[in-house]
Amino acid sequence: MIKKSTAHINQNEGLIFERSRPGKTGYCLTALDVPAVKPEELLDPSLLRDDDLAGLPEVSEPEVVRHFTRLSTWNYAIDLGMYPLGSCTMKYNPKLNERVARIPGFAYAHPYLPDEFAQGNLALLWELEQNLAEITGMAAVSLQPAAGAQGEYTGLMVIRALLEARGDARKIVLVPDSAHGTNPASAHMIGYKVLTLKSNAEGAVDMDGLKKVLSEHGPDVAALMLTNPSTLGLFEENIEEICRLVHDAGGLVYMDGANMNALVGITRPGDMGVDVLHLNLHKTFSTPHGGGGPGAGPICVVKELEPFLPFPRVIRDADETFRLEYNCPQSVGRVRAWFGNFSVLVRALCYIKTLGPTGLREATETAVLNANYIAHQLRDDYETAYPDGKPMHEVVLNDKKQAKFGVHTLDIAKRLIDYGFHPMTMYFPLIVHGAIMIEPTESEGREELDLFIDAMKSIAREAEENPELVKSAPHHTRIGRLDEATAARKPVLRWKPASNAAAGSSR
Amino acid sequence: MLRDMGVESVAHLFRGIPAHLRLQNLLDLTPALSEPETLSYFHGLAARNAIHSNTSSFLGGGSYDHFIPTVIDTLISRSEFYTSYTPYQPEISQGTLQAIFEYQTMICDLTGLDVSNASLYDGSTAAAEAVLMAARINGRGKVALAENLHPEYAQVVDTYIHHAGIEKQTIAFDAETGAINPDALANLGNDVSAVVVQSPNFFGGVEQLQKLADATHKAGALFVVVVTEAVSLGLLKAPGKAGADIVCGEAQALGVPMAFGGAYCGFFACQEKYQRQIPGRLVGEAYDAQGRKGYVLTLATREQHIRREKATSNICTNQGLYALMATVYLTLLGRHGLKEVATQNLQKAHYAAAQIAAVPGYKLRFSGPYFNEFVVSCPKPAQDVLAKLAAKNILGGLALERFFPTLQNEILVCVTETASKDEIDALAAALREI
Amino acid sequence: MSVYPDNLHYTKDHEWIRVEGDTGTVGITHFAQEQLGDVVHVQLPRAGEKFDAHATFGEVESVKTFSELFTPVSGEIVAANDALADTPELVNSEPYGGGWMIKLKLGDPSEVDKLLSASEYEDYLESQKED
Repeated sequence: MIKKSTAHINQNEGLIFERSRPGKTGYCLTALDVPAVKPEELLDPSLLRDDDLAGLPEVSEPEVVRHFTRLSTWNYAIDLGMYPLGSCTMKYNPKLNERVARIPGFAYAHPYLPDEFAQGNLALLWELEQNLAEITGMAAVSLQPAAGAQGEYTGLMVIRALLEARGDARKIVLVPDSAHGTNPASAHMIGYKVLTLKSNAEGAVDMDGLKKVLSEHGPDVAALMLTNPSTLGLFEENIEEICRLVHDAGGLVYMDGANMNALVGITRPGDMGVDVLHLNLHKTFSTPHGGGGPGAGPICVVKELEPFLPFPRVIRDADETFRLEYNCPQSVGRVRAWFGNFSVLVRALCYIKTLGPTGLREATETAVLNANYIAHQLRDDYETAYPDGKPMHEVVLNDKKQAKFGVHTLDIAKRLIDYGFHPMTMYFPLIVHGAIMIEPTESEGREELDLFIDAMKSIAREAEENPELVKSAPHHTRIGRLDEATAARKPVLRWKPASNAAAGSSR
Repeated sequence: MLRDMGVESVAHLFRGIPAHLRLQNLLDLTPALSEPETLSYFHGLAARNAIHSNTSSFLGGGSYDHFIPTVIDTLISRSEFYTSYTPYQPEISQGTLQAIFEYQTMICDLTGLDVSNASLYDGSTAAAEAVLMAARINGRGKVALAENLHPEYAQVVDTYIHHAGIEKQTIAFDAETGAINPDALANLGNDVSAVVVQSPNFFGGVEQLQKLADATHKAGALFVVVVTEAVSLGLLKAPGKAGADIVCGEAQALGVPMAFGGAYCGFFACQEKYQRQIPGRLVGEAYDAQGRKGYVLTLATREQHIRREKATSNICTNQGLYALMATVYLTLLGRHGLKEVATQNLQKAHYAAAQIAAVPGYKLRFSGPYFNEFVVSCPKPAQDVLAKLAAKNILGGLALERFFPTLQNEILVCVTETASKDEIDALAAALREI
Repeated sequence: MSVYPDNLHYTKDHEWIRVEGDTGTVGITHFAQEQLGDVVHVQLPRAGEKFDAHATFGEVESVKTFSELFTPVSGEIVAANDALADTPELVNSEPYGGGWMIKLKLGDPSEVDKLLSASEYEDYLESQKED
């Protein structure tokens, strides 16, 4: 029984290019108030376009609005319902954040404003740094990294810079097999060899394995990259011992903060012995995902690593004025132009200010409660990947019970769409066969959680009684499952006008 | 819920965390603000920026003050766009996917190349990714960067190549024109993987791309063109039609607020033969079993979640919402509108340059062609001039000394379509007075 | 017909080689293509390149994963299957026919004796299953 509304609007809306008609336009420019000298007189004609931008469409303003509004109706979104994507922390994006980010003083500030004209923006950056340092228990923060992956990259560079300053950059970064794919990719970009650590039967770091690796490779180990709680949603109970072992071997501990939503206000990475961590402001601190970005991936470090942070740094002088310091001789450099994704940073500070210390802790408690509730309610219908684990903000199940009927995780995910939910995270972490990873976040009330649980239970029943129904899902969307093989074999990555398109497809 | 689970307290759920690691007190942060308090707090901060409605600005240098049509914010404020996730589930993400497909198409048209990705963090990281991609393609160990590439972009490239084992060589700009002289590429070594040139360059000058491309290709290197002022592409020849193998840069000029430097939207396009080496997401056409057309993330095997340490990049995401802003901007303006905006920029900048050069003691530093930015030589240190202008509520431009120590008296002035003739005249008049 | 023809030699990396004179034709096995799923791209070396035994000579990509390709024996590439550029799906539909990948001039014909026979390969697959 499908309890949630499931209709997806099924309008026919082609590509904007197909709507184009000569002479239409959707803008109005102020009349020119300086002499109208022809471009050919100001620039050599060889420098000018000769194709007349024929590919850009010509449409009216109402057509533009309708086109994109119709497209929007084909998207699922947090504002439509729960997004149980494990490891992605799809929490509600407060509307106040959006309003604040649009305050003209923030939205229209040029990044090269002289410091004395940007005191408000610099104060904001400084305040956010202080807040994140307190939340994580770390000494210093750089807001520059544009996303989590860039935060990882920057954090590892900072580690490498410290080791180089000590005289030995070392060669190896240890990454657990449950880690997110960006971890090894980032380590590789810094020139480190990745050594994979196997998880133990409880899904945690295998302490004997770690000791063995350190005894064999200790002097070569630059860092251990650890997600805590792990991608299985379990807290690393030996975290202090892990940090001590790595430190004793002369390495540093990098914590992937993707799962900070399980920790804020409850415990702090800085108190566990972690040296660097990155935060995903678009996860833990409620900034919108925007259909794939922008996010922000600040890094937080211990005191010893502060000199190596990207430049410029925001400095507060004794007279309470703020300035940007570019002279940072030990810095790893810049990882992007200017100061980071400022408009995202504004939203994150707004979230922290509106929740306050009590609200932040309550959010974490609710997120963990919600995940445990789901784990409890689904325990008979789906196999739990690590039944003895103590799930934090997310729970990992698998498809073993359903696979007997030929129904796999992908099918369950697609069938969830018919029940009005976004699918959960699938097949990740890689070490769980047929992983079903669910993270409800604190944004959901019991009513929405119960609807989701009913849907999951119902799908489990369907898998047994009518597996075909599940395997051919979704049934109520604008399109069915797409043929990704053909799409990848003969990629069509742009629209072409009809005459050219025919030529294009024959190649 | 606790009762249903047979758990006595929420604290019990955190038993996996060793007790001594659990915080005994609340975090030391200011108490929660109400909505009106929050607004007043942030309005208070914004007010400290000392920007007034009568302040006029001629700042550019990679971030541009173009008019942003109201429709853009209306559309990107739709929850279905901004509160959705990366479109991994095509059945319920067709809105985002089709919009990106349209974005990719428009970027191909603007750049004159075959393949565009779904966007990258910003222009500076796009430039760094281009350098890494070129090295992947031809395996050469050196990159040649134009000296008049945006200095912050060059710094980001420095960071990225430092650990990739790629060496840097700088190609000096011509002291007379401010542009790169194609002769400077005559002795390019066969170890150079790519030549990276910005056009319009950091001084606003338009480069002779075809000649530079020819010289680059002669040495067997890839020609990478960086564009920080994307509106210029409405008027200037598409770099892909002038020999560029990769064109990348910043789409901020296309409807994205300046927002103190971010978030922005990096664009990235290349020739088709390199499409499997491109970093970041790609959206392609696909069909379902009933033959209905849709769009899907494709060629995913290049990416980190599959290749892990062997991926083309560690990048996970694109700048979805900001690519959408650029798409809506380009759609609203269309082919004629973008050209008209670009033309106004060109005309106003040339008008302003003439007014400023007519002030005794002031002249244009470089002789080459330029788009909407140009370098002014002042009779005294640029910092002094800018401070005096600031006192008159005019942000006169960017002092170049911080990046180019020999350009102590030089200011980079940017004039877009938003600068009125009155504001331009006021700038010239103010220069006359100080 | 068996999915593992008797006239081929196999490796534990799931490549096969068919030896004719001093030349060997190499591809991936039925098992490998099934594991990969729909193959979308194959990256192959050019004629003239030389490889040791068990060296990476290319890469095969499916929709969701990729795998490196290893030479069963040493040798010099005499041909690569250009047809796979346009029709990589041949790796799925005809793994031992149109889906072949490279032809090698054998560096040391005796290396072939160290490879698995069809029945040995099938036993190997069985043993992996139990794991």
